[in-house]
Amino acid sequence: MAATTHHHNPDVNYINEFKGIGSWLTSLDHKRIGLMYMISVLTFFLFGGIAALGIRLELFSPGQTVMTADQYNQFMTYHGAIMVFMVIVPGIPAILGNFFLPIHVGAKDVAFPRLNLLSWYVFMVGALMGIATLFMHKVDTGWTFYTPYSIKTSGAATMMVVAAFIMGMSSILTGLNFIATVHKLRCPGMTMYRMPLFVWAIYSTAILQLLATPVLGITLLLLAAERILGVGIFDPALGGDPVLFQHFFWFYSHPAVYIMILPAMGVVSELIAAFSRKTIFGYTAIAYSSLGIAAVSFFVWGHHMYVSGQSETAGIVFSFLTMLVGVPTAIKMFNWLATLYRGSISFQSPMLFALGFLFLFMIGGVTGIMLATLAVDVHFHDTYFVVAHFHYVMVGGTLMALMGGFYYWFPKMFGKMYNEGLARVTFVFIFIGFNVTFFPQFILGAMGMPRRYFDYIPAYESLNKISTVGSWLIGIGFLISLYVIIDGLLRGKKAPANPWGAKTLEWQVPSPPPHTNFHHDPVVTAGPYEYR
Amino acid sequence: MMWMNVARAQSLMPTRGTEVASQVSNLYSFLLIVSFIASAILIGGMIFFAWKYKRKTDNDKTPYISHSTALEFLWSFIPLVIFLGVFVWGWYVYHQMRDMPKDALEIHVVGKQWAWETQYKSGVKASNLVVAPIDTDVKLIMSSNDVIHSFYVPSFRIKQDVVPGRYTALWFKANKLGEFHIFCTEYCGTQHSGMIGTMKIVSREDYDRWLEEESKVGLLPLAERGAKVFQVKACASCHSVSDAVVKVGPSLWQRFGHEEETSSGEKVMFDENYIRESVLNPNAKIVKGFPSNVMPSFQGQLSEVEMAALIEYLKGLK
Amino acid sequence: MSTVESHASHEHHFAHHFKSADHEFLTSKQGIWLFMVTEILMFGGLFVAYFIFHHIYPGMFAEGAKSLDWRMGFGNTLVLIFSSFTMALGIHQIQKGHNKKAVLSLALTILCGAIFMVVKYFEYTHKFHLGLYPGKYLDVAKVGAEHANLGMYFGFYYLMSGMHGLHVLIGMALIAWVLFRTMRGDFHSHYYTPVEGVGIFWHIIDLIWIFLFPLLYLVG
Repeated sequence: MAATTHHHNPDVNYINEFKGIGSWLTSLDHKRIGLMYMISVLTFFLFGGIAALGIRLELFSPGQTVMTADQYNQFMTYHGAIMVFMVIVPGIPAILGNFFLPIHVGAKDVAFPRLNLLSWYVFMVGALMGIATLFMHKVDTGWTFYTPYSIKTSGAATMMVVAAFIMGMSSILTGLNFIATVHKLRCPGMTMYRMPLFVWAIYSTAILQLLATPVLGITLLLLAAERILGVGIFDPALGGDPVLFQHFFWFYSHPAVYIMILPAMGVVSELIAAFSRKTIFGYTAIAYSSLGIAAVSFFVWGHHMYVSGQSETAGIVFSFLTMLVGVPTAIKMFNWLATLYRGSISFQSPMLFALGFLFLFMIGGVTGIMLATLAVDVHFHDTYFVVAHFHYVMVGGTLMALMGGFYYWFPKMFGKMYNEGLARVTFVFIFIGFNVTFFPQFILGAMGMPRRYFDYIPAYESLNKISTVGSWLIGIGFLISLYVIIDGLLRGKKAPANPWGAKTLEWQVPSPPPHTNFHHDPVVTAGPYEYR
Repeated sequence: MMWMNVARAQSLMPTRGTEVASQVSNLYSFLLIVSFIASAILIGGMIFFAWKYKRKTDNDKTPYISHSTALEFLWSFIPLVIFLGVFVWGWYVYHQMRDMPKDALEIHVVGKQWAWETQYKSGVKASNLVVAPIDTDVKLIMSSNDVIHSFYVPSFRIKQDVVPGRYTALWFKANKLGEFHIFCTEYCGTQHSGMIGTMKIVSREDYDRWLEEESKVGLLPLAERGAKVFQVKACASCHSVSDAVVKVGPSLWQRFGHEEETSSGEKVMFDENYIRESVLNPNAKIVKGFPSNVMPSFQGQLSEVEMAALIEYLKGLK
Repeated sequence: MSTVESHASHEHHFAHHFKSADHEFLTSKQGIWLFMVTEILMFGGLFVAYFIFHHIYPGMFAEGAKSLDWRMGFGNTLVLIFSSFTMALGIHQIQKGHNKKAVLSLALTILCGAIFMVVKYFEYTHKFHLGLYPGKYLDVAKVGAEHANLGMYFGFYYLMSGMHGLHVLIGMALIAWVLFRTMRGDFHSHYYTPVEGVGIFWHIIDLIWIFLFPLLYLVG
C-alpha cells in the first residue's frame, strides 16, 4: 500500500491522519498505542506518587501523625504495587519501546499490531482491577505478597494478585511482539549490529519478560488458590512452605528488576551518543552486556533471601552469581564515560537527565555490590539501606532515563518543542530532591532502621525529616514537568525533523512521523552512531 | 589503616556489641572506601569530560573511536577481581555468623503478632526482652506463631527470619554490657514497627540473679502475677491499661464492672466471664467500632491460675 | 490495515508491514512458538511445586493418586494423542488444498477435545461425590484419609488438570474458529497461518497432558 503511494502530503502524520477517540481506541499503529500507554502510565504514576508523598508525610515525625498504622501499610502497599506493576515495568518498553523500536529497525509497525493493541487492553483491565481494590477492602500485604501474611490478611489481596497476573500477561505479549519484530522485521541493511543500543536493551528486556513472567503468573495463581481453597502449598499450618513462595516470587521478580533497568540503560546509550555527537564507545560490549545481564539475572534470586533460612551454601552461590552481574554493569558505565571523551557535549535537558542517571546509577550500583556481600547484607537486609538502594536504581536509574528519553523524543512524538529552560528546572528539582530524599535513607539503613516501618525510634527522626522534605522537592519537579508537557503540546514551536542532530532512523523521518513511519522504504548502509 | 578508621567512624553504623559486628563494620568500611574511589573515577571523570569537551560550535567534529579491547578488558577484569575479593571476604564473615557454636546457652524465641516471647531453660518467660550474659556464646532457637517475622539486633549485625512451622537459629557472643534494640524486619502487619524488644547484656552474676528473681513469680500476689502474664503475652501492644487511649484494641483501663456495647448492638457486662471469653475466643463479642479477626485466641496458652491472675489484674486497673 | 483476502487469484494479501506472505507466515509462526514457551514455563512452575511437595509427602501423593482411576486418564491420553494426529492431518490437507477433508479432520479434533472434557467432567463429579475437594474443603475425617493434608494433593490435581482443561476448552474454541474459516474458504495452500498456529497450540496442550497423566494418576 504505502510502497506504491509516492505523492504524500507533508502535513499528514500519524496523529492527524485519523480522527476521533474511536480511531485511537481501535488503532493498530504502534505509535498511537505507545501514546495510549503513556497516558495510562502517567495517570498511574500520579496515584503511586501521591501514595509516596503520603508515606513520607507520615514518617516526618515518629508516632501516629496523619494516618493510622493500617492506613500506612496500605499506602506502602499501593505505592509499591502501582509503581512496580503499573509504572516502571511497562514504563520504558511499552511507551518509548512501542513508539521507537519499530522505527529504529526500519519497520512500519511491530510484528503483531493487533496483539499490541490487545496487550494495552489487557494491561488496562489488570491495572483498573488493581485500582478497584482501593474501593474495596484495601490491600496491606506489601507489593511482595509474602506468605503466610498474604494468606491471612483480610484485604482484597486475591483481586490484587489476579490483577498483577493479568498485567503480567500484557507484559508477556509486549515482549513477544518485540522479539519477533527484532528477529523478523529489520529493514534491508539493518543487521543486528546496526541496531541502536536502545533496541538491544529492549530486546534483552523482552526476553526476560517472556521467560520470567509466566513463573510469576503461576506463583500468583497459586497464591490466589491458597487464599480461596487453602491448598496448603505456602501455608505452614497445612504442611506447606512459606519460604517457597519467596523462591518462586523472586525467580520472577529479580529478573523483573532488570526488566525495569535494562530499557533505561538503552535510553541512556542513545542520549549520550546523541548529545556528545560521537559514536558510542564499545557498541558490541554494551549490546552483549545487556544480554549477559539478562542471562545471569535468572540465577541470582536467592540474594533476596540470605536471612530467610536458606542454607549457607545457597547464600554463597547466590552471592557469587550476583557479583558476576556487577561486571557487565561496570562495563556499561565505563563505556558511557569513554563515549564522553573528546565528544562535543551539549547540556540540553535530555543530556542532563542522562548525566544524572550516570551519577545516581553509580551510587545505586556500588550499594548493590554492598548488598550482594553476604555478611554486610545480613545487617542491611530489609532496612532503609535496601529502600535507598533500589530507589537509586529504579527512580534514579529508570525514572531519570524515562524523563530524559521523554524530553529527547518529545519533538518526534508530538512535532512540537517544549520550553527548554523550564525542562532544565525540572531536572534540578528532581535531581536534588531525589538525593535529599534517598541519600539519608542509606544512613538510616546503616543505623538499622527497618523498612515498612510506620513508626520509629527517636534516633531516626532528623534524617527522616530531611527525607520527607526531599520528597516535596521531587513532587514540585514533577509538577513542573507536567506543565512543560502541557505547555509544549499547546504552545510549542513546530519541531524540525532532527532537532538534536542525531543519527538513528527516527530522526530521518518527519516530526511527527507519518502513519507508516517512512515515506520511502528505508535501506540502511551504516551503524546507528555514525558521527564523522 | 587510617582510611579504614575514618571510614568506620563515618559509616554511622550503631555501636558494635560483638566481635562479628566489628568484622562486618570493617568489611563495610572497606566497601565504602572502594565505592568512594570508584565513584570518584566515574563521576569525577564524567564531570571532567563534560566540562572539558563542552560543545563549542554546532559543527564540532568528534573522533570516531569505536572501541578498545585492551581498555574494555581492563575495566571488566579489575571490577571482577574486586567483586570476587569482596565476595570471599563476605563469605568468610558470613560463615562465622552461620557456624553455630557448640555448648551455647540456648534461649527460645517465639515471634508473634506483635511481640517477641522468650523462654529460658529454667521455665522463665519474658516478653520483648532477651537477657543474656556477656562473653558467652548464646544461641537463639526461633519460631513463629503466625506469620514470618525477622529478628534483628542492629548493634550485633545479626538478623534471621523467624518462620512459622520450622526453627531457625542465631548466635552471638556479646562483648559489651548494655541494652540494645531488637527490631522486627519482616513486614508482619499493623504493629510491625511496634515489635521492638530489648537485648539486655549483663554480667554472669546479674544474669543468674535475674533468672532466680524471675522464677519466683509464682509466689507473687495474684494481681502482680496477672500483670506479669499481661506483659509476657504482650497484651500491651494492643491494649492500653493506664489511660483510655485506643491502640489496636480497646483500652482496658477502668473497664471492669462497666457495660460494653458489642458490634451486634447488644450490651455486655465487662466481668470475669467476659474477660475469659474474650481471651479464649476473641471474636465472640467484639466491642463496637473494632474489627474482628485481629486478636489471636489464647486457647490452651494460659493455665487456670494465670487466667485468674489476669482477671484480678484487670479488676485493679483504676 | 486489515488483511484482505483475494480468492480469485489465491494470493494472500499480507499486512502492510511485511515484505511478503511468506515473511508474514514465518513471523507469525515465530510468535506462536514464543507464546508456547511462556505456556510451558507456566506449567513448568506448577510442575516444580508438584515435585517439591511430592518429595516431601510421597505417601500422601500416593494415597491421592490411588483414588484416581488410571484407566480414565489413560483413555483420555489416547484420545488426545489421536486428536494431535487429526490436527496435523487437517493442516496437511489444507496445505494440499483438500479443504473438505480438512473440515472433517478439524471436526474430529474438536470431537476428541469434547470427549476428553466429558471424561474429565465425570471424573470431577465422581470426586466431588466422594468428598474429595481441594485444600481445606476436603474433610479428612469424612473421606477417611490416612494423611491429614490430602487436600494438598487434590489442590494440585484440580489446579493442574483444571488449568489444562481450560486450555483444552480454549483450544477447542480456536479450532472451531479455524474450522469455520476453512468452511468459508479463507484458507488455501498459500495461506493457512491461523490453522498452523492453532495446531501448534493444540500439540503443546497434548504434550502437557502427557506429562500430567503419569504425575497425577501413576505416582506412588
